This record gives sequence, C-alpha cells and structure tokens, in this order.
Amino acid sequence: MLRNEKIVVMGEDITVPGVWVVTKGLVEEFGPERVRDTPMSESAIVGAGIGAALTGMRAMVEVRWADFLFVAMDQLANQAAKLRYMSGGQAKVPVVFRQALGAGLSAGPHHSQSPEAIFMHIPGLKVALPSTPYDAKGLLKSALRDDNPILFFEHKVLYRSKGMVPAEEYTIPFGKADIKKKGKDVTVVATLLMLHRSLTVAKELEERGISVEVVDPRTLVPLDKQAIIDSVKKTGRLVIVSEDCKTGGVGAEIAAIAAEEAFPYLKSPIKRVSAIDTPIPFSPVLEKYVVPDEKRIAQAIEEVVK
Amino acid sequence: MYRKMLTIRLFEEEVVKLFSRGLIPGFLHTYIGEEAVAVGVISALRKDDYVTSTHRGHGHCIAKGADINRMMAELFGKGTGYCKGKGGSMHIADFELNMLGANGIVGAGLPLACGAGLSIKMRKTDQVAVGFFGDGASNEGTFHESLNLAAVWSLPVLFVCENNQYAVSYHVHKASLVNNLAERASAYGIPGITVDGCDAVSVNDAASQAIDRARKGKGPTLLECKTYRWRGHYEGDPQTYRTKDEVATWMKKCPISLFEERLYATKIMTKDSAEEVRAKIRKQVEEAVKFAKDSPYPEPESAATDVFA
Repeated sequence: MLRNEKIVVMGEDITVPGVWVVTKGLVEEFGPERVRDTPMSESAIVGAGIGAALTGMRAMVEVRWADFLFVAMDQLANQAAKLRYMSGGQAKVPVVFRQALGAGLSAGPHHSQSPEAIFMHIPGLKVALPSTPYDAKGLLKSALRDDNPILFFEHKVLYRSKGMVPAEEYTIPFGKADIKKKGKDVTVVATLLMLHRSLTVAKELEERGISVEVVDPRTLVPLDKQAIIDSVKKTGRLVIVSEDCKTGGVGAEIAAIAAEEAFPYLKSPIKRVSAIDTPIPFSPVLEKYVVPDEKRIAQAIEEVVK
Repeated sequence: MYRKMLTIRLFEEEVVKLFSRGLIPGFLHTYIGEEAVAVGVISALRKDDYVTSTHRGHGHCIAKGADINRMMAELFGKGTGYCKGKGGSMHIADFELNMLGANGIVGAGLPLACGAGLSIKMRKTDQVAVGFFGDGASNEGTFHESLNLAAVWSLPVLFVCENNQYAVSYHVHKASLVNNLAERASAYGIPGITVDGCDAVSVNDAASQAIDRARKGKGPTLLECKTYRWRGHYEGDPQTYRTKDEVATWMKKCPISLFEERLYATKIMTKDSAEEVRAKIRKQVEEAVKFAKDSPYPEPESAATDVFA
C-alpha cells in the first residue's frame, strides 16, 4: 500500500479487533479513506471493489469467511471473472478477494468450507492458497500487482502458525509450485492445512523407509502442472491431499491432469485424500471425522506404495 | 438530444429487421420507446463520466457516443465489434467513453456503479457514475445494497430507474406495493425523484440537478423515469402479458415526436430540417450495416484470448 497509492482496502469490521484481524494497523497507517469498514452488503462490497478496479483503482476486498463468497457469487462469477473477456479485452479488473477457509475451529457448516475448487472452475479468476507465512507475503504482493481478479484463500487454523518471513521485499509468482520436501517414492500434492499434515506424515514415513516428496502448488490458477508432472515422472506415484470434499474437488482436477499427461510414469493408481462429501459439522468429534487427518493421509500413501 | 434519440430509434428499428432475417444471432432487447431516458440522462454527462447499463443497453451506448459501426459489428458477432464478438448485444462496452458495459444480469451494474463512484472519490476528481436499471431490478438485493452503500459513503452516483412497467412479463404493480419506485430512496436517506420518461427535457432537467449534486460531493440520487418499451422484452416475445391497446396508448406518447413538437414550437427546427436529419441518420445506420456485413468473423482461436490481463 505504500508502494501503490491506488490500493483501497474494504471489508466488514476490518478496522476493529475481532476473531482474527489480518488488517490490523492498516487504518491507523493509511487512514479511513483507503481502509474502509463497510455495511453488511456482500454483493455491493464485492461489486464496488470490482467497479473501483475497473475504473483506475486497485482493490482488496476482505470477505473474511470463504463461505460468504457465495453471498456475492454473481459479482464474482459473472462480473469480475468475465468483464475482461466479454468486453473483448477492454476491461481490466485488478481486485484481490481475501477470505479464510477451512475447518478445525468448530465454526460449523457456514464458517468452515473449502470452496476453492468452485472458483478454480470459473475461467477468468486466479486462485492462490498460501500455506506458510513466507508464501503468504510473497503471493499477496504478487496478487496486489496482478491485473486480474484473484481469490486469495487463507486457512483459518494457519493464522496461528508461525514461520520465517524476510523483512525485505520479495514476490512469489503465481503458477510456481514449491517442493516443500524432496523425496523419491511417492509424490504428495497438498495444500494449506493438509500440506502441514502431509509433511508430518512424510517425516514419520521417512523413518519407515518411504521417501515422500511433498509438492505445494501454492496457486490453483494458474497451476504449476509441470512441477506436478515432473515429480510424478520421478516417483511414479501420486496422492493428492486436499481439505475440500472429494466430488469435483481440487484432487479430482489434479488427478485428471496426471492421468492425462503422466500416465506412462504411474506405477499405481492415483489416490485422493479429501473431506467426505458432507457439509462441515460442528461437534469436534464430527468435524474431525469429516476432514483428512494424518492417519488417513498415511494410509493413502502406504496403499500406493505397496 | 434529438439526433441521439433518432439514432437510437433508427438503429433499433434496423436491428429488429436484421434480427428477423437471421443476421443477428442470440437475443435482442430493444430500447424503442425509451429513448428519452438514455438521452435525457446521458446528455447531462461529460465524456469522462461513467455509465453502467443493462441487458437493454443499445440506447445507453449510443447516447454515450458509441460508434454504431462497431456496435453493429458486435451484434453480428464480427471481429471488428466493440468486444471482438465476445460479448454481443448484452455486453457492448466502450471503455474509452467510460461506458462500462451492458450487462446480462439484472441489477448487477449497480454495485459496479458504486465502485466507479468510490474510485472517483478516492482519486478526488469531480466525475460522476450513472447506474441504469429497470423496475424489475429494483427488487434485486443489489439495488438495495448499492443505494445504501452509495448513501453511507456519499458516492457520486446517479441511480436511474427505467420503469417501463414490466420486468419481462411481471407488472410493476404486482412486484411492489410502492407506486413510485423513487419513494424507495427515502429508505436510504437519499433524494428520489419521479419524472415522465417520455419527455427528454424533464429527464434532462432532473438528471442535471442530480448530477450537479453528485459532482459537488452531495451524494447519490435515485431518479425514476416512467417509460414504456414498445416491443417485447426480447425480440420474439409473444407479449401475452399486455394488451395491444396499452401498447398503442403509450406509442402515442412517442418521446421523439414529443421532442419534435417542442423543437417546432420553439422554432429551433422545421419539419424539413427534421427530415434532413432523419435521412442523414438513416444513411449512417445503413453504413453501419454495411460495415458489419463486410467485416470478417473473428478467428475461432481468438475465443481463447482475453481471459486474463
């Protein structure tokens, strides 16, 4: 925001302390013109972000809970995603929508979804999902310099995580996966919280002689297909671990890509580890059952390695 | 204003003919009968003011100064169209004129108009944004959210309701207990005005005042224009929801004829010069058709471009 005075930030309750406040300190530094609390009007807020982006500004809209994206779905899917295309390239829509997805806080069915696959499926939207603080800074800076509408998904459980973040300026390009752990027996593609669970499992399996390579795509659109294919060429086995529900999920798309483009290298069927096809329930014991845990991830890896 | 209204009328009449002959694919929503609204409002704007439009957007485009050659080509689906054939009738836009596009989703242009208003405010210019919408859209959530947001942020937006009595087939009196939709403005604490949408001068007067208010930082206004579309919601609409008598009654209030009467009465124009203007515009429309017919279709592979900047 220092670098670009045309950035405007808006969202509900973003200037006050709350459940989590990523925008802490912003209004104090940049003032209420550039950092705006809004009435409770998701369509208007999302649409105003788009309209401002369309007319010379760069907008960052905090929708806060990924589940609330559905309240503004027309503005996202029919307007932001399509304005450039439908206008034959006349329009430019530099807007970043930031929201937290994911389960683990017993927040219930309307506050725990992982809808990233739905947005991956809409041409015209870019999708980023940083799993570490380092990735979050680099990707957000890139997002704020990108002239396209971007869905920037953060995982609410990971807000408490800590990691090394360089103080200096750096960006991470979209479409560049990160190999978070090198290995040679099986490729695990994992995102967000599942990435961390996969790394935990990979460490344990290492001690049992299974060498797991963990690939973090970091962005779903554009997706670093090549990194995934190269890894599968090396290991011959693929497990995709994603917190969204199985049917039509992120795993489904990545599995299809691998089946189409890396088939000769596969030594065993591809496996997806996803949430079961239900809304996310509230009670901790139920929530735990729905979402993949280390046990299920380990099971899947062991099955493909057999 | 006369030339602009006539251009809309003659353009739309020609497009209706071309559509019936199968030269224009897809769907068509004509602005015939409503010319005074687009022209009355937009004549009060500057070139750098923003407009967001509806599915019935040809009138707004022409009033804003769009090139009818490129409009016609877009309707034909040719590569020389405003949107390279990717948008069609419901998505024509000319961003150089700050005409941010017709829209296939009812009410969707209103949040975008708020965004334009926000952008104006932050860049500290004295531009304004106009969001057009219909009586149908006044029941969409986006209408209420947008008016409220523009009100609390004091955005320089003029919301223009083209109340043509019908939302597709649904009569406005069934859709709302409120007779004059402009009354809804008071729910948001902003001024609301109802005018005769067949009288370009009334529309222009009311719009000018609202635009002036917005430019001076005094915030948004809701302007309701009572009007009527002479043809169906879309070309091919059997229009079983209204009587031929009703249509005939409204056609007697032709906004162009009404304006002509004014011009004759004040001796600004004679019947002969009116005929000259008509002939000239007819020729321009013919040229637009020729341009569209002679233009090539876009390369099929171009369908894969312009997704991302």
